[in-house]
Amino acid sequence: MWIELQDIHKYYGPVRANNGVSIKVVPGTIHGILGENGAGKSTLMKILSGYTQKTKGAILLDGKSVTYQNPAQAARLGIGMLYQDPLDFPLLSILDNFMLGQTGGFADQRKKYRQEFESLSNSINFSLDPDAVVRGLTIGERQQLEIMRMLALGIEVLILDEPTTGISGTQKELLFNALSKLASEGKSVILVSHKLEDVEALCHTVSVLRYGKVTGRMDAPFNTAELLKMMFGTLPVPPTRKPTKPGETVLDLQQVSASGGRTGLKSCTVAIRKGEIVGLAGLEGSGQGVFLRIASGLKQPKTGEVRLGGRKLGGQDYHALKRLGVAFLPTSRLEEGLISGLNITEHFALQSHHNGFLVRWQKAFEKAARRIDNFRIKGAPASPVESLSGGNQQRLLLSFLPANPVLLLLENPTRGLDVESVNWVWQHLQEYCASETGTCIVFSSSELDEIMMVADRVLVFFNGSVIKDTKTAETDTQELGRAIAGKV
Amino acid sequence: MVELNLSILLAGVVAGATPVVLAALGETITEKAGIINLSLDGTILLGAMAAFALSYETGSLLAGFMGGAAVGAVVAGIVAVFSIYLGQNQVAVGFVLTLMTRDLAYFLGNAYARLQGPQVPPQPIPLLSKIPFLGEVFFSHNIPVYFSLLFIAFCWWYIYRTPLGLQLRAVGEHPRAVYARGIDPRKLQVLYAVCGGCFVGLAGAVFSLSAKPGWGRPQGAEGTGWIALALVIFGGWHPVKAALGAYLFAFLQVMGIYFQGWFPSVPAQVFQVAPFPLMIFTLVLMHLAQKESVLSWAEEKAWMKSIVHMFSGAAPAALGKPYRSE
Amino acid sequence: MKSSNIIKKIREILLTLLAVFAFTTVILLLAGAPPLKAYYHIFKGSLGSWIKLSYVIKAWIPLTLCACGLLYTFRINLWNIGVEGQMMMGAVVTTAVLRLGIDTQVPNLVLWLSFIGGIVGGAAWALLAGYLKTRGGVNEIFAGLGLNFVAQGIILWLIFGLWKRPGVASMSGTEIFPPELWLFYAPGLRISPAGLAIVIIAVIITAAMLRYTRIGLNLKAIGANRDAAYLFGLRPGKYMLIAMIFAGGFAGIAGSMQVTGVYHRLLPAISSNYGYLALLVVMLANYNVWLAPAVAFFFACLNVGSIQLPMKLQLDSSLSGVIQGALVLAILAIHAWRTRVKFRAAEEAPTKMQQANGSRVES
Repeated sequence: MWIELQDIHKYYGPVRANNGVSIKVVPGTIHGILGENGAGKSTLMKILSGYTQKTKGAILLDGKSVTYQNPAQAARLGIGMLYQDPLDFPLLSILDNFMLGQTGGFADQRKKYRQEFESLSNSINFSLDPDAVVRGLTIGERQQLEIMRMLALGIEVLILDEPTTGISGTQKELLFNALSKLASEGKSVILVSHKLEDVEALCHTVSVLRYGKVTGRMDAPFNTAELLKMMFGTLPVPPTRKPTKPGETVLDLQQVSASGGRTGLKSCTVAIRKGEIVGLAGLEGSGQGVFLRIASGLKQPKTGEVRLGGRKLGGQDYHALKRLGVAFLPTSRLEEGLISGLNITEHFALQSHHNGFLVRWQKAFEKAARRIDNFRIKGAPASPVESLSGGNQQRLLLSFLPANPVLLLLENPTRGLDVESVNWVWQHLQEYCASETGTCIVFSSSELDEIMMVADRVLVFFNGSVIKDTKTAETDTQELGRAIAGKV
Repeated sequence: MVELNLSILLAGVVAGATPVVLAALGETITEKAGIINLSLDGTILLGAMAAFALSYETGSLLAGFMGGAAVGAVVAGIVAVFSIYLGQNQVAVGFVLTLMTRDLAYFLGNAYARLQGPQVPPQPIPLLSKIPFLGEVFFSHNIPVYFSLLFIAFCWWYIYRTPLGLQLRAVGEHPRAVYARGIDPRKLQVLYAVCGGCFVGLAGAVFSLSAKPGWGRPQGAEGTGWIALALVIFGGWHPVKAALGAYLFAFLQVMGIYFQGWFPSVPAQVFQVAPFPLMIFTLVLMHLAQKESVLSWAEEKAWMKSIVHMFSGAAPAALGKPYRSE
Repeated sequence: MKSSNIIKKIREILLTLLAVFAFTTVILLLAGAPPLKAYYHIFKGSLGSWIKLSYVIKAWIPLTLCACGLLYTFRINLWNIGVEGQMMMGAVVTTAVLRLGIDTQVPNLVLWLSFIGGIVGGAAWALLAGYLKTRGGVNEIFAGLGLNFVAQGIILWLIFGLWKRPGVASMSGTEIFPPELWLFYAPGLRISPAGLAIVIIAVIITAAMLRYTRIGLNLKAIGANRDAAYLFGLRPGKYMLIAMIFAGGFAGIAGSMQVTGVYHRLLPAISSNYGYLALLVVMLANYNVWLAPAVAFFFACLNVGSIQLPMKLQLDSSLSGVIQGALVLAILAIHAWRTRVKFRAAEEAPTKMQQANGSRVES
């Protein structure tokens, strides 16, 4: 089936996730959609699969304009999608998951669907036990289940969103073989990925997205350098910051492993020194979040050793580390960082260190007013935090940071901020490192140019491990981009 | 000394548990779909009152049962709509309705208090009731009792064996995924809340027309709703386990009468609260059974493992968190 | 802007009242009762005379005390349905203290000690539910509910066992205490100054705690966003227990009031369902400290006034409960409608937001 996306726009409030995307997919091919985090790939695919509604634009199937409101209608037209987090039912068996949505009524149709399941899995070379419970499966197996379900529904266009994240090499091979087979049978496969390696290995054609727009299209064989340029743009190279002389080790991780995120953290050994700014790069959920949470005491490692300022940590929680001068700011400002329903003054009152019985409202108010002024927050002491814009929420969070932290851990500190706010945030943060305490900052970011601009050092996470640890002065975005994609 | 006659005792348990079984199964259906209907205790009373009044006025028992079921459906429907379409807290709405329906029942039922009304006649099943012991325990009752026995099997079959039951389980676990498969989770949740409510109302009707015939203040059904809510958890959201819990509860209640004979100094009411500490204890065990440390500890001991498994019933993942469209 | 808001609020309240009034009238007609007469008797039975008003105040005192306690638990987002049992256990401990002090020559001291006993009893019972929640992973609704029934069982056991009346034990409760151990009532006024003082102090303390103390602020923060509050250095579990202690303490002293001021003995219905009713009071008052006593007063009027219904119109007194429930439901519905309207208005003005908040993706 021919698919044509024409001038697709999708706005989430002020955010333009897709800003005029046009893509054509030829039947019988595997079409890659490449781009970094936040480029708008997932949004585009959710629109195509009917899960989200577009703001503007048209979808043409075999030249005919179609509209649909939900995934079920899309499936009837032959479009199906595998989501990044599989939308399945962990407590149900594979067979139940397979049947669900295909059939209704009272009659027990397990036998019929078991047969269908088995013949399908033979034809596509997957081996799943239909009676196993989904909860115990790996992500790769859950993908296989979803693919089989899609095929049973008569899908002609199969969309896969980052399917190779968190699956093993063998499973990847199985998956790629299956996808190639589907394409050879005349079905269209759309593979969304940020991994060059996968796209290069599998796709016939690639469209690259950046900032919600298509920046290029290429047929196999691919020119890697060219693709990287489309993904990350041609970058200005202004390392605005003199590299500081790193001092003694502040944070020391030895062979630390932990669960969590999409991939967990796998035997990570990293030392972070005084006065350093370290950027954590990598696909979302490749272990950066777990790293930051272990360093801040929000999570305990399963194995390995963490030292802070030379002292071995043994199960101290976040509150204990906070007293030792560790500060952490989470990504989701309104979900984890700030308390919606409370105003700015109340946040400062919460923050206050004195242990009296009464809240010193006057002091909190004055402090709030002062900080609003210093941090140029657009808001009043009585403004509820949820009424602030993203940039102002981040300024507010930064204004809570203690005066002389030893270690600042920031998860995506500039996500969703405009350029002006980003610059402001970094100017402010750099003051900490220049100060006498010599604070070290560890931050994660999906923006390579941001890391290149402000960090002294970069750790690239891939599949839960640090696969690259280098000074920013000694690398470039191309090399980092490849590392993010798993090519060292 | 009170003498124990096992078959009479067990027959009493089967008959006495009937309304509790219906209410617990009704609520199991509702909660499987992800909706908590906290209003059970009041709904049962209002259902009992409506059933008695209707069958008294019309002379038809069937009208009474249908009226009771309708009351249960309406109350559950209010909880579901307030929660799913109006975004209100299910617990808050359910709790208000608990109190309100109870008072409504007392108020509207005042005129019917202590009247002699119709009553479901006993209908021993020919042949089957002649089987020694089993016949007396299971087949010498009336239609509601037989219905409740069949209903347990039906619930299990429906929930675990039919494609529709699969949808029911799915919507309580992951409404978004249900949406992605082309089923409207909200409609499904309202539907099953109302269905479950029907049986809760029916439980009330069984009280006033069969188990504790007649109407009054108090009717005697008070507290049953809370028990049923507890049994849903006790049964780990499994219909058969919940029903077994209901029989256990009825057994404790019947035994209470014997206990009173044996320990005349302890009032009967004390035995009636026995299920509640038991429920709390069960909940704690269920919490522990889900802890990783306990699981790994039990891993090596076969008998511990089976006990842990018994208490491992987990609430539907989306219980109390209805679907919101993006 | 502000005055139009007030008009809107008033319109909402009028709409609510009208809806509930219409609903209740239908219910009355269904029961074959003359609606106007019923309303008249409820009014006259509650505010018609000084004696009736004194009954209202007797009901208002425990209701307001429980409502005060619930404000703490609601603040941290806990559904303390166990307030009923906490009130009962307050009454039990109060009775125990009074029984111990029955032969001493210092009745006033015993009375005050029994209040403290009530607070301790209620708080301990609440703490038990709190521990079950924070340590045992038992939802506070089921823990509280279970403990309510257990408390009821304890009361029955005491009345029929340990503390039974000489001769016959009966549902009418334990033996009546000598008048020295009754809460003092001002003779002409039929009102207990001490009871009134305790309520007023409770309301003021609660208002001050929630507004001016760190505990109040922390409860609010944890209730609004537990994860973020943890990042701010608060321990949610600890504050849940603190909230439970406050709620239980206030409920416990409400139980003391029932024993010393109203019934002068322990009886099975000692809590009069005021705990459950207080949950409705707080919801209808929209969790506002200053509105809660007013709503509690209105509810007390309904409760006391509807006692006239059986006598005058052969109706059941539970009409009050129907009206109270309908009011809360109506308010919830109106609240839902209001947030919906707000939500829509926000959706329609995205351009304005866009200007204020340019995005990185766009740039």
